[in-house]
Amino acid sequence: MSVVTCPDCENLFAELDRYIDSVKDNTGVLINVLHKAQEIFGYLSEEVQQHVSEKLNVPLSQVYGVVTFYNFFTMKPKGKHQIKVCLGTACYVKGADKIMERLQDELKVPMNQPTADGKFSIHAVRCLGACSMAPVVLIGEDDYYGRVTPDEVSKILDKYRRAE
Amino acid sequence: MPAVENTVLICAGGACISAGEKSVKEVFEDTLKKYSLETVVRVVETGCMGACDLGPILVIYPEGVFYQKVNAENAAQIVEEHILKGRVVERLLYKGDTGELKTKPQEELPFFTEQVKIATRNLGVIDPLSIDEYIARDGYFALHKALFEIGPEKVLETLKKSELKGRGGAGFPTWMKWDFTRKAQGDTKYIICNADEGDPGAFMDRAVLEGDPHTIVEAMTIAAYTVGAQKGFVYVRAEYPLAIERLTFAMEKAREYGLLGNNILGTDFSFDLEIRIGAGAFVCGEETALINSIEGKRGIPRVKPPFPANKGLWGKPTLLNNVETYANIPPIIINGGEWFSQYGVEGSKGTKVFALAGNVKNTGLVEVPMGITVRKLIYDIGGGIPGGKRLKSIQTGGPSGGCIPLEHLDTPITYDNLKKLGTIVGSGGMVVMDEDSCMVDVAKYFLEFTVEESCGQCTPCRDGTRRMLEILERITEGEGTMEDLDLLKELGENIMATSLCGLGQTAPQPVLSTMRYFWHEYEAHVLEKKCPAKRCKPLMRVVIDKDKCVGCTACARVCPVNAISGAVRKPHEIDPEICTRCGSCLAVCRFNAISKVSP
Repeated sequence: MSVVTCPDCENLFAELDRYIDSVKDNTGVLINVLHKAQEIFGYLSEEVQQHVSEKLNVPLSQVYGVVTFYNFFTMKPKGKHQIKVCLGTACYVKGADKIMERLQDELKVPMNQPTADGKFSIHAVRCLGACSMAPVVLIGEDDYYGRVTPDEVSKILDKYRRAE
Repeated sequence: MPAVENTVLICAGGACISAGEKSVKEVFEDTLKKYSLETVVRVVETGCMGACDLGPILVIYPEGVFYQKVNAENAAQIVEEHILKGRVVERLLYKGDTGELKTKPQEELPFFTEQVKIATRNLGVIDPLSIDEYIARDGYFALHKALFEIGPEKVLETLKKSELKGRGGAGFPTWMKWDFTRKAQGDTKYIICNADEGDPGAFMDRAVLEGDPHTIVEAMTIAAYTVGAQKGFVYVRAEYPLAIERLTFAMEKAREYGLLGNNILGTDFSFDLEIRIGAGAFVCGEETALINSIEGKRGIPRVKPPFPANKGLWGKPTLLNNVETYANIPPIIINGGEWFSQYGVEGSKGTKVFALAGNVKNTGLVEVPMGITVRKLIYDIGGGIPGGKRLKSIQTGGPSGGCIPLEHLDTPITYDNLKKLGTIVGSGGMVVMDEDSCMVDVAKYFLEFTVEESCGQCTPCRDGTRRMLEILERITEGEGTMEDLDLLKELGENIMATSLCGLGQTAPQPVLSTMRYFWHEYEAHVLEKKCPAKRCKPLMRVVIDKDKCVGCTACARVCPVNAISGAVRKPHEIDPEICTRCGSCLAVCRFNAISKVSP
């Protein structure tokens, strides 16, 4: 059985189980379930993977194999605000690498690692499909920033720093 | 209910959203309410209108006045001036090169008038959430025609005459794929739509899914009827949440209308769709990897043959096409194969959607007849290169493609021609690069991509691309030798010959193609330790011209690492040891005193 380590975990696992029960009759739903699990828990810990493996009756090795194969899944917690820097070709031509550098300087963390206060983490993504607005940064799921310059980075971050 | 006097179309394509479309719409609607106009003015969010660099775009009907680069502040003004008083807000109109105002650029500019919209016919025209608007534009008529008038054989014949080829990259004749799956033995068959648009720089599939989701539902239903399938899957990238939302909604509506699900249009034909969300793996664009991913496994490609048409999803015959290919199907069924093949040239019929991006004036989505020349696409439609810079090359086909150099600008774009040039049409991404792009660095960028995205199953791709990247890293750091260049070429050719799937078979393409056309740049990096485009950081420095610097301190203030020193009103200096070559100082100097040099 899964070891409950977070205060709200029981509820979260119950939420995941409700989802699993609703789809488990369909074939090949492992990836959908992992998407849901990551949405609920923020990341896919060992406990969560074990839980999914038991509920779906899929070997843990296969669950782990899928989690580590796809870029979207993470086994480490992410920051509260996930900053996604598009490194698609158009963004690259328009200097996305400079935005990436400035973000890392400004937040003093490397890619894929949350800041000490847990507020931010920086991630590279491949083409967000908004090439005309290159370079593009997406914060969270909805906040798109187009034609970003390195000097705007700090101003953009301030919005989220202040919102706390 | 009062009659609607104005319909306002707001472009809600990906680029317009990232330019602030949401707040424009909010302010616009709030202002309408303020003047109690919300019942007589209808606001519709449409799919991508294509002119992405002008966003957010707002078009007001019945006049068809086209407002560009609208923001939250002037959205209110459009209501107050245009809607309330009937006065066009000239400040927000499109301005031509000579400054003349264009009220309806969509009827005048080559960017719009040179296009022939088939796959993107409904983008920017209808409300993607309204099935009725889709039907009003002949939506689901093709399905009706297939079911009640012509039948599966005739559908195949029509597709054959249209000469439509797969628009996802490989360019395989669509009718043949359909025919193989139809002829395959078995009662259970599947239809798949590949919406795992992974090529960086291409976004037409996203635009179609978000702007005209019903066309995919309809085309897949026609495909299912033709080949005898009962179930379909749309495999969408996780990066496209809005596409997933719109498509889900479209599927629900279609079921409600009896156009999807059991007994479609009252017949005994039943078919249903399910969405599967990708999880960020470029290789899943390869059809057999995609099938593995739908089955819930690691997305690694299978050995072909057997092809999916015979043994695909869960071992059953499976038809797989990409989004743009499907989007062409309904109009072809309605208008006939000859209608489609009147566009284009021998071997490459119909139209193709291209995503123009990079260093070009009019970035965005354009659908043009195949066979158009590269020059026409970049200069007439794309408006040329901004900032007085010179064009260097056009990258097509993403990480599987190569580049088109200046000397081949007059090549008509066809599958065969681009292949001869050492690149591919691919999914239609066209990234324009000006003189500031270093072609060795471009090759390195794509190799970094494939190294990261290689699934690791076969050795040539997994290890070979990594070795190639190491060599490119050496070259861009000024440590490369001429032997390295030979090795790079040899490795590349071997990887292409021996890799299992399309990813590995094409991964060295960006390197080999840039070596073919920009050999002198490679040589400059190796022999002279120079980066002619001054892009590779280890091979360039940023310097201040003492004669031009007036000591305004602007550069020193903006430098993020304090590499610039000097007294006020005295020439400044950059310490190359501290300088990170970020270029911030270049952007702020008003005296042109700072420049990049490659020793």
